[in-house]
Amino acid sequence: MSALLSARGLTMQFLGLVAVKDVDVDVTAGSVHGIIGPNGAGKTTLFNLVSGLMRPTSGTLTLEGRDITALPPYSRTRLGLARTFQNIRMFTDMTVLENVMTGMHTRLTTPGWMALLRLPGFRAEERAGKAYADELLELVGLADKADVRSGSLAYGEQRRLEIARALAARPRLLLLDEPAAGMNPAETRDLAALLRKLGHRDVTLLLVEHDMGFVMDLCDRITVLNFGSKIAEGDPREIRNDPAVIEAYLGSKIAERLARTLA
Amino acid sequence: MTNMAEWLDNFLFTYETLIHALGVNGLLALSIYCVMALGQLSLGQAAFQGIGAYTGALLTLKLGVPFWLVLPLSALVPALVALIIGGPTLRLSGVYLAIATIALGEVLRILYVNAESITGGALGLSGIPRKADLFLVYGLLVVCVVGFWTIGRSKIGRAMEAMREDEVAAGVMGVNLPLYKLGALVASAMLAGLAGSLAAHSNNFIGPNEYGFEHAVTILSFALLGGIGTPLAPVIGAMVLTALPEVLRPLQDFRLVINGLIIVVAVLFLPRGIIPFRLRRTS
Repeated sequence: MSALLSARGLTMQFLGLVAVKDVDVDVTAGSVHGIIGPNGAGKTTLFNLVSGLMRPTSGTLTLEGRDITALPPYSRTRLGLARTFQNIRMFTDMTVLENVMTGMHTRLTTPGWMALLRLPGFRAEERAGKAYADELLELVGLADKADVRSGSLAYGEQRRLEIARALAARPRLLLLDEPAAGMNPAETRDLAALLRKLGHRDVTLLLVEHDMGFVMDLCDRITVLNFGSKIAEGDPREIRNDPAVIEAYLGSKIAERLARTLA
Repeated sequence: MTNMAEWLDNFLFTYETLIHALGVNGLLALSIYCVMALGQLSLGQAAFQGIGAYTGALLTLKLGVPFWLVLPLSALVPALVALIIGGPTLRLSGVYLAIATIALGEVLRILYVNAESITGGALGLSGIPRKADLFLVYGLLVVCVVGFWTIGRSKIGRAMEAMREDEVAAGVMGVNLPLYKLGALVASAMLAGLAGSLAAHSNNFIGPNEYGFEHAVTILSFALLGGIGTPLAPVIGAMVLTALPEVLRPLQDFRLVINGLIIVVAVLFLPRGIIPFRLRRTS
């Protein structure tokens, strides 16, 4: 299988702090890839580098073999990258449907003058876009809230709307920044079920998450960061038993004691 | 019937200048709306209006260009200026863009005053023939409002509102932020230039001090009072603020107090303006 997204030697330095240090990651097409690590490990910085909100100090990023290191976020969206945010960034004044249709921005291609004259081509495209938006809202379980102001949605609903909005761009790679943050166990289960359904849509997922059960359950492959560096990579089982990972999370003393008891 | 016509005649004779100003300021309100609709703050609209006014007046007075050609050119020249200053100022946002655009107004004012042989210096240009009638002003105003309205209900309108709410998220949605900002600035400069030229061809006179900071703030207050939920809101804001001094004429010197009070109260208690409704973005 080929790598959909590759990072090589990715480094991000903020003055004295190296937030991401020489990270190599390959995200395989069709997989669910998790990035975990203790607080401050550089997960969100890595996400910001991949989505283009930050330009790396050094290193390269390729999406389907194409160098995207220097592209602004909006060009990356065009090439098939979409993301959600750790602290939800909704267009709160807009309705739920309008939010999803804003996510479709790069896929609606009728020029402005056709919109200005309300030509049939424009109307047809808007209709098709709305139909797709309705389908996505159905998928995330918000079909009955299409005309509600998105700011008035409940927290869990806003999270799901953000996923629908990101999917509207028809991404090849969807970045989810802590999708289960702040959710109760039932909501987390629903979310996992929803994300599994996305596999059928030919969307590759790259997610950052703190909920270990969620990550281990969902991901095919996991990369572990600590202090900006990659310390382990593998499938959930390998990661669970990796001494370096246990040490990063629990500290060296407990890790040693744990290793002794297990031995 | 003749009575009615006579009354209308009288009414127009008395108030034509005001009615004309209402329309022109409506166009200026649309010009600031165009920028504010995507969350930018510009105090350069008065400067663009000045460029349009001087371009129009000079073409008519010095070169005798026919009016149907003068009008598009008075939109084109400010658009070019916006394109040139747009590049470097695009990196700025919020209050920084506002400051940079204030500077544009000041630079131009000094230019008008000193390029005496062309611009007439501090005396300005007078004797500009009346060519912009009410039908033209209001026709353009209606076309522009309808245009903004229809564009607002397409992906462009959604992108603009998205930028206003959260620029980072809008960029992630795939909105080409620099292109939208530059496009909005250029379009707003065209509208302001058009308004300037229409006013010049109705007032007979233009001067270098009409397009300064004070006027820029007045234009901004059109959108503050009216709101920017729909394209019509700032236009109504402009009309209220333009008509207010006339309506309050009996109050004499207290006019400006009341005028200011209304703006303060509106900003404090109606943060979304007096027309708070929001345009639906789907057809």
